[in-house]
Amino acid sequence: MPSLGADMEAGTVLEWRVQPGDTVHRGDIVAVVDTEKSTIEVEVFEDGVVEELLAAPGDELPVGAPLARIAAAPAAPAPDRRPARAPAGTPRRKHAEAKPARTGTPRRTRPAARRSPAEAARSRAAPRAPRPPGAAPVRASPLARRRAAERHVDLADIAGSGPGGAVVAADLDRAPSDGERAPGTPSEAAEPGTPAAADEEREDRQAAMRHAIGALMARSAREIPHYHLATTIDLSAALTWLTAANERRSVAERLLPGALLLKATARAAIEVPAVNGFWVDDAFQAAPAVHLGVAVALRGGGLIAPALHDADRLTLDELMSALRDLVGRARAGRLRSSEMSDPTLTVTNLGEQGVEEVHGVIYAPQVALVGFGRVTDQPWASQGMLGVRPTVRATLAADHRVSDGLVGARFLNALDHLLQSPEDL
Amino acid sequence: MTTTYREAMRAALRDALVRDDRVFLMGEDVGRYGGCFAVSLGLLDEFGPERVRDTPLSESGFVGAGIGAALGGMRPIVEVMTVNFSMLALDQIVNNAATLLHMSGGQFNVPVVIRMTTGAGRQLAAQHSHSLEAWYAHVPGIRVVAPATLDDARGMLWTAVCDPDPVIVFEHGSLYNTSGELADDAGPTDLDRAAIRRPGTDLTLIAYGGTLGKALDAAEALTADGIDAEVVDLRTLRPLDTATFVESVTRTHRAVVVDEGWRTGSLSAEISAQITENAFYDLDAPVARVCSVEVPMPYARHLEEAALPQVPDIVAAAKELGG
Amino acid sequence: MNADETRTLLARLLRGIAPEVDLDTVDPGAPLQEEAELDSMDFLNLVNALYDETGIEIPERDYPRIATVEGFVGYVSALSTTA
Repeated sequence: MPSLGADMEAGTVLEWRVQPGDTVHRGDIVAVVDTEKSTIEVEVFEDGVVEELLAAPGDELPVGAPLARIAAAPAAPAPDRRPARAPAGTPRRKHAEAKPARTGTPRRTRPAARRSPAEAARSRAAPRAPRPPGAAPVRASPLARRRAAERHVDLADIAGSGPGGAVVAADLDRAPSDGERAPGTPSEAAEPGTPAAADEEREDRQAAMRHAIGALMARSAREIPHYHLATTIDLSAALTWLTAANERRSVAERLLPGALLLKATARAAIEVPAVNGFWVDDAFQAAPAVHLGVAVALRGGGLIAPALHDADRLTLDELMSALRDLVGRARAGRLRSSEMSDPTLTVTNLGEQGVEEVHGVIYAPQVALVGFGRVTDQPWASQGMLGVRPTVRATLAADHRVSDGLVGARFLNALDHLLQSPEDL
Repeated sequence: MTTTYREAMRAALRDALVRDDRVFLMGEDVGRYGGCFAVSLGLLDEFGPERVRDTPLSESGFVGAGIGAALGGMRPIVEVMTVNFSMLALDQIVNNAATLLHMSGGQFNVPVVIRMTTGAGRQLAAQHSHSLEAWYAHVPGIRVVAPATLDDARGMLWTAVCDPDPVIVFEHGSLYNTSGELADDAGPTDLDRAAIRRPGTDLTLIAYGGTLGKALDAAEALTADGIDAEVVDLRTLRPLDTATFVESVTRTHRAVVVDEGWRTGSLSAEISAQITENAFYDLDAPVARVCSVEVPMPYARHLEEAALPQVPDIVAAAKELGG
Repeated sequence: MNADETRTLLARLLRGIAPEVDLDTVDPGAPLQEEAELDSMDFLNLVNALYDETGIEIPERDYPRIATVEGFVGYVSALSTTA
């Protein structure tokens, strides 16, 4: 279960888009998952063959729990399509060779507390299931847990010799070596949850989303030393250019001012990289690309900020079409997992709601948030003349652990400069 | 040369009296009687009544006098007969000696050394058998040391005398008669570091003062089971040299703390907490403790022995941890 | 398209964008974007949907004229009659 945003703790599998035996490639959508915020299409990170689905539709799994097992190389001969959930006692198979099950002790047993009743029943029938249903979680020393994690060993496989039968480090050394298990192979499924009743779902989702946003924003407000900067940007050049450009365009190709603002923001983030990245382990990690989190207000309340990937490198037309697609899918609840986890800098545009400026709260672990207010006509002095210009208030909330006001000011200035030459965006 | 802990301590006292004429020894029966445990035997004749002073039976009075003398520029060594009597001087030690440097804004330090006998094992019953080191180790402003070897008995005192702040020296009563080899040129030792008295790989036994010998015996016994135990002597109880025992446990992944104090609120509790805080992910078993049974110390020999940490208890605790 | 037909068309297009909005409850003289909580993307999608359905292309400069239900119905029905 991928983390689809810093505020996500668990997700519910809605449907599988693949079955055991299917070949998948990095980036393919393999499942649809429901989070507190939205319905997300989960992409796969590896090439391979789906070997086993470890969760059924309706199962709620904590972030980090395995959803499915994927063999690194295609298994030959092609295995029969197996039922969605293989019996829990099935011994692991060598991925590369797809040998018949190894004779001998079954190598994997999961604590019964984390299995569905159906699985537990199968496991009772399986030979030599070491842990009876209802058994306590594995007892293991901190060192044994650390080593097991490093070696990708399932502690439930190990007989403990320590105090009270706990697994200690030496028990791991005595265990057979783990050659056939690929690093990172998921080894357990989590307990499935029960699907919520359909008619309560909407209210639940609203409450859950409010809770999730609240938790994340409370953490951000508590932990991030924010500083806020604002500037007024003259948009006459940008809007004049945009109006002229749209005159020549069909309805389907028209650009919105928001697309210009996003493009300029992405380009400014390239110029001032200290606003683009993450605060992780007490240090700033600059992001190698600019994936703008576009705050999208959902009809009926709530907020979601999926990534507009590589916003700095898209042409305005590409960006507009990507934005349209993204907003549409955000509202339809069809976002992809990478869009939830990738944003490096969030942009919120509350101009539509009529406010003049936004003093935002940073979406941790990001380190800055850019806000735009309403485009308003303002008296504007330029070259000794007073005129009326369309202007926008651009604001920056940034993390003082990463940058100072001077850096933030450079970002807003870069944004301003970029918007004065819209034809270059 | 072969010597005893008592003689090593006496040599240290003589050395201090010779080296610095500001040093003097005072306490109950330290002069004419030669000390309740005969540590200062002969020093009165050698240094005279000005520098080896018998005092009235008033711990609060003579410990207070020692603190006053230290404030006045002397380097007093005050002997309190046993730790239970130091309760009568607790106000002087905790409220005066430990605080004056702080409360005078750094103007007045208190270079006093207070020696006392601690521990059980000699059938002295409930009122003279305490191990209250943890009480003193709780208090900031004083240094607490526990020489457990001949080298430390010979070497810690002079370093304590040189310390600008109060130092309490706990001498376990069972140690005075222990004998062994001491180098002729044995001299001052540090008061900062714990010492690994026996290197090992499978388990760390942490002990101090009167339990160090038992821990070393237990380590020897454990070799019969193929367990190679490391033994750490804390030496200084405040400030604790956490780094040394944490480093040891990081290597061995198991720890047994041996402490003659009562388990609840003991030094062993602090050490266990430090290990858990600093080496949790290296632990392969819970930290074990072998402490005194929580009763007033019995007089009857077999009951006293049953109440104290013994070698078989340490061996059993170590084996319980596996590995 | 007469006014009623245009209004029905608007109601249908709007359902695709803001399903929870009931056109009957919208003040026909008030700004539609505010009444139906449409942002500029929604509004662009509405104009685009209109184009897809009818071939009527509303230039940006005429957006103010279709900002209310009344305005939209008047503008579109006038255009489709003349066309």
